[in-house]
This record gives sequence, structure tokens and C-alpha cells, in this order.
Amino acid sequence: MSQHIPEHLHYTAQHEWVTTDDPATVGVTAVATEALGDIVFLELPAVGTAVVAGQVCGEIESTKSVSELYSPVTGTVVEVNEGAMSDPAVVNSDPYGAGWLFKVSVESRGETLSAAEYAGVAAG
Amino acid sequence: MSDPSRRDLRGESGTPDDGADGARRSPLHATHVALGAHLVEYAGWLMPLRYGSELAEHTAVRTAAGIFDLSHMGEIWVSGPGAGAALDSALVGWVSALEVGRARYTMLCAEDGGVVDDLVVYRTGPEEFLVVANAANAAVVADELRARCTPEAAGDAVTVVDASARTALVAVQGPAAEAVVTAALPEEARAEVAGLRYYAAASASVGGVPAMVARTGYTGEDGFEVFVPADAADHVWAVLQGAGAGHGLVPAGLAARDSLRLEAGMPLYGQELDRTTTPYDARLGRVVRLDKTGPDGAPIPFVGREALAARAGAQPARILVGLEGLGRRAARPGYAVLRGEVRVGQVTSGAPSPTLGRPVAMAYVTPEVSAPGTELTVDVRGRAEPVRVVELPFYRRPSQRGTP
Repeated sequence: MSQHIPEHLHYTAQHEWVTTDDPATVGVTAVATEALGDIVFLELPAVGTAVVAGQVCGEIESTKSVSELYSPVTGTVVEVNEGAMSDPAVVNSDPYGAGWLFKVSVESRGETLSAAEYAGVAAG
Repeated sequence: MSDPSRRDLRGESGTPDDGADGARRSPLHATHVALGAHLVEYAGWLMPLRYGSELAEHTAVRTAAGIFDLSHMGEIWVSGPGAGAALDSALVGWVSALEVGRARYTMLCAEDGGVVDDLVVYRTGPEEFLVVANAANAAVVADELRARCTPEAAGDAVTVVDASARTALVAVQGPAAEAVVTAALPEEARAEVAGLRYYAAASASVGGVPAMVARTGYTGEDGFEVFVPADAADHVWAVLQGAGAGHGLVPAGLAARDSLRLEAGMPLYGQELDRTTTPYDARLGRVVRLDKTGPDGAPIPFVGREALAARAGAQPARILVGLEGLGRRAARPGYAVLRGEVRVGQVTSGAPSPTLGRPVAMAYVTPEVSAPGTELTVDVRGRAEPVRVVELPFYRRPSQRGTP
């Protein structure tokens, strides 16, 4: 599989991506959406929730499976993608764009991977 | 042989095409790769999970048509003057009463009444039957049939041939299935196939290949299953895909097949059925023909009869029900069903229903909570999600052409 892995993002080994700005935007990678299949339900942290880097903060349910969502950063959720909540198919069709999940006002960042490092994880 | 080409479906000499990782390759493997299928190992076979979006494949089958590779299924021929009597003693159904050209859903049970496999049996001739088994159980079913279908048991000659390795099975399912399949037939065969009732089958040439075309399926829609020699599978698939081009036909994988059968309330062996389950637990007691009698009017003994007869009149410890989710998170196999804090059952299958737009599940529960309308919860990863017991199936197609 050779999914697109944008250079400008950082990644977790659990297939989340995160922007380097603040508030940081979080989503899941095309590698994840390809493996999950059609996403039908997102459970995302509500605005105001404190999230911790490396800890579970939500779940992504597809027709065949459920996977947990890990926050790549520590901070407070300031915005949730309501459009993706109501139509999760956008996460499959545009995981790095309209399918973003939530934004966090960053206190600290967890250990993340570069695009090249993540490409290694995704291939392995 | 009066019809040598049909022997291709009945031979035993084929060898499975093993991949490097040991998973068997479907005769349609190259077709799936060319279509960009997402392949997974299932019951020892490398099969398409989906080609693109499994939701789109599911919807296509409900609204137009889908084409499925079911070549992993087992095909076992039982033939000879004693074939009908042998199958009557081997299976729970009344197989000898089947008319030629008709099929029945039935089961092979153990002595204790547990389900070894659920099957479809076709009567293809006065002395010839085709038993279609689940992929994971095909070898066990063939062994059991060889052990049970003996001349001694049948009182006459009987032969069991496992043709699974050299038989491909392609299903076309959906409201447009009749239009698709008949378009792939020669003019003179179209009326017969279009006129097939549900659970009936006929020989026909599909794209020039001798095939058995059956009006059967596992999706809750009208549809056909086409049995062809493995070496002609790619050609037949291409012909059917071509015939479906104007009818919205799409290739569909195991993911769509599973969500379609779940909506249709159909059991899957290994989930709703296994050796610890009797047909009665799964509300399929109708397939157990305790009333089957021989030419002399005497009851026909069959494997499991005593245990099943005792079970027929008893209160079950657990029974299969449908659960409709009232929230959005789906119950998954293995999750506990609760009434208050008390565990009353376990989920066997569950998924978000694409057609209904909410989660559905099947579960074994204790009888006192099995009435439709009963409100329960399912422990979905630590949180109690509300569900309601409902009648199966969850989905019934708008018009049905007779019943199995």
C-alpha cells in the first residue's frame, strides 16, 4: 500500500496526524482509514476536555471494527469537526483535509514521528 | 457420459492453489487483484474483503446488484441409488423428499444435536445431490458424509465426491440480479432461469460455460449462485460483470456479504451456530425433520435424532434474538448483554446497519428476556448501550418470490 503521507505533519505510531501550529489540528492518516474501511461513527472529545498525549481520547468505528483514538498532544480541546461527526465518510475521503477530527490548545507535545519515520511504521 | 462437460463440476482431482503464506487462492484471485480488492484471509482462503467502499457495495446489492466470489465454499456431490436415503440418515432434513431441481437449507448435526455445519442441499438428479458447505467446515463435512453415507446406512450404493477444489461459485445478488444473469445466458435458456423459484436450480450455459444456476443467496435479496468449473471462473465472472454493466452491478466482498446477511437475520457458522448450539437455540428447529419417514411409513433415524427430539420439546437455556441499538455505538461479537447489572446473554454478530442507519446485532439471551420489545443493554467497551429486542430479520426485501 502506498498511501499519501504529507511531509508537513507529525504522526503517532497509532496513525494519528497532528499539525505543528497552535491550536494543533488532529486527524487520522490515510493508512488508518484504508485499514479501517468505511468509518460510520466518531466519538471525539468534547470542546473543553483535557487530553493527554499518548492517551485514549475517543474512538473510530467502521463497519467491521473499532479503534481507539490517541491524542498526540496534551492540552484542551477547543474545536471539534461537527461535519465529520455527522458524516464520518469525509474522514475516508479526505483524511488530511475536511476529515480532520479536533483542535487542541497545546500545553505540551508528545513524542511524534516525522513523515519519513511514519512511512517506516506504516510500511512495517 | 451423456453430458461430459458437466463432469467438470463433479470431479475430485483438482488441487487447491496455495499461496506462499499457505492461504488458498480463489480461482478468481487474478480477477480480484486486477480489480484492486482488499484481500483478507478467511477460513484459510485469501478472499476479497472489499473492492472499494464496503458501504457502497452493500447499498448496490440492496438497490441494484453485486457480484461475489464464493469459491471458498465447499461443494460435495453425493450420488448413487442410495444417495437420498444416505443423506436422510446423515442430515437433519428430509432430503429424499426434495424434487429434482430444488434446494433446501439444512444442517449436519453431531449425536448430541450440536451443529457441525449449516448447508444447502440441491437435488440435481433422481440419484444425485450437491451439498454446499461453509469453507471452514468443508473438509469436516466431506469426511462426515463419507462416514455416514455408506451403502450399509443407505441400503444401496452411494458415492461421496468432494469437488470443492475444482469448483468456483459466483453469486449475483440484488433486485437487478435476474436481469444481469439472464443477459449472460443464451436466448433459449433465459425463460427457464428467469422462471426459477427461490431455492430452485437449473443447468445453463453462462458465457458458453456449463454451469448450475441456482436462485439462492445469503443477502436477503433476490439473486443467483452460479457454480462453474474453477478453470472457467475468470471468464464467467467477466461475462457476468459485462452483463451487469448497465444494471449497476458492482463487485462486492466479504464485508458487504456479512452486513447483508446480518440485516437479513441469517446465521453465520462460527458466530450464531457451532457445535455447542442446536438448531432450536438458533430458532431454526424447522430444519429438523423429526417427521421424516421412509417408504414403509416408519420414522427415519438420523445422526442426532434422539438429542434433537428431546431438545424439541424442552425450554431452551438460551435463544437467538435480534437487538436493535438505540444509540450509535454498535455491539460486537462477544460483548455481554445485560439487564440492569445482570448478564443475560452474549452478542454473536453486530454492526452498524447500512440500510437501517442504526446498530443491529444478534445475541443469545436467556428466554425470559427474549420477547420483542424487551429493553436491555450491551456492554460496549465498558459503557452500557441501550438496545431493544426485535423480531428477525432486521430487513425484509419489498417483494419476495415464494419461500424456501
